[in-house]
Amino acid sequence: MFRKFLCISTLLSVFLLTLSTATFASSEEGGENKTGFIMHHIKDSHEWHFATVGHSHITLPLPVIIYSADRGLEFYSSTDFQDHETHQFGVDHNGYYINEHDKIHAVDESRSFVDLSITKNVAMLIIVFFVILWLMLSAARNYKNNPNGAPKGVASFIEPIVLFVRDDVAKPNIGPKYKKFTPYLLTIFFFIWIGNLLGLVPGAANLTGNIAVTMTLAVFTFIATNLNGNKDYWKHVLATPGVPVPLLFIIVPVEIIGLFTKPFALMVRLFVAITAGHIVILSFIGLIFVFESYAVGVASTLMVIFINLIELLVATIQAYVFTLFSAMYIGQAVSEHSHEH
Amino acid sequence: MLTSLLLSAGFALMGAGIGAGIVAVGAGLGIGRIGGQAMEGIARQPEAAGKIQTAMLIIAALIEVVSLFAVVVCLLIALNENITF
Repeated sequence: MFRKFLCISTLLSVFLLTLSTATFASSEEGGENKTGFIMHHIKDSHEWHFATVGHSHITLPLPVIIYSADRGLEFYSSTDFQDHETHQFGVDHNGYYINEHDKIHAVDESRSFVDLSITKNVAMLIIVFFVILWLMLSAARNYKNNPNGAPKGVASFIEPIVLFVRDDVAKPNIGPKYKKFTPYLLTIFFFIWIGNLLGLVPGAANLTGNIAVTMTLAVFTFIATNLNGNKDYWKHVLATPGVPVPLLFIIVPVEIIGLFTKPFALMVRLFVAITAGHIVILSFIGLIFVFESYAVGVASTLMVIFINLIELLVATIQAYVFTLFSAMYIGQAVSEHSHEH
Repeated sequence: MLTSLLLSAGFALMGAGIGAGIVAVGAGLGIGRIGGQAMEGIARQPEAAGKIQTAMLIIAALIEVVSLFAVVVCLLIALNENITF
């Protein structure tokens, strides 16, 4: 038992150690600005940079897809926008170029276009999608082939989690109508959890640390809450019962703003927790290159392993907290009981 | 004029650093209090240790995120490429 634990922890440490330091070894090109690589690893980009071995960059160029009214849908590779020797962005190609903030601009300023590129985060989203699809389809197949027995394999991994979300998050917070909302809660729980976990793998993209992704999830919760609000809920927001009329002029705007601050807090909480975790890990590895000493290398790597393990915990907790708060807001919107103030 | 420019860049970075330090104090106070009360609760009633521990971890994550809001602001100041020396 102890031998198995020792084996697994050694493998995990070796895996994190080697992949982390190899992936972040490209900070030498920062020059005086040694912290530039932190932002480079957090941000979205049009190519997927895995590692730099010596002077060769192992990158995966991602497609750039632009839709404009007159030219229609255009497909490029991001290498078309790069200078061929230095691999810096900024080269004009067919009227478009990628500026230093990794955004696509048209050379002709008045040109309007829609950027539909597969950037690093979009590619990561597709990978997370396939992982969740495989998980759920395997579990469903196990239940179909084995209807009366105990679940085996992937299904036995998924089942306690699904039961946990249903019995400890959905049912107590939503009440009798929990069945309608459990699929949504399960979807966001698994999406955020798997997205967080996969984002911690060295070389992966920072999916849930992108504020656009968390904003979309918060908008989904906002729509789910407000489309299902019953009369009690809207009365509470727009004409709070038991409040004297002069105070209503203050309370109703505050309640309406409260409608928006709740999803906003959801969005910022998830974004900040994951991004800050990544920044801490990257800063510790950057310390090695700032000090350029072996002792700091050893100490930093141990800290990085420790913080990576904490981030695993944070990944799960943030998924749980997002789902819990979504369930609470939906529960407030559909709650039937009338209370006297 | 150059010294006043350098001075304001210096002040901005100093503000970022001091801000991050104060944020750490705030997070430490909050989460330390949660931990202390959780220990007390477990000492009073050891059977409830599992539930108390779960609740403690979740609330610690929430408080930590508030401190991370402020850390992100400090990082935005410190890593701003428009500040040059």
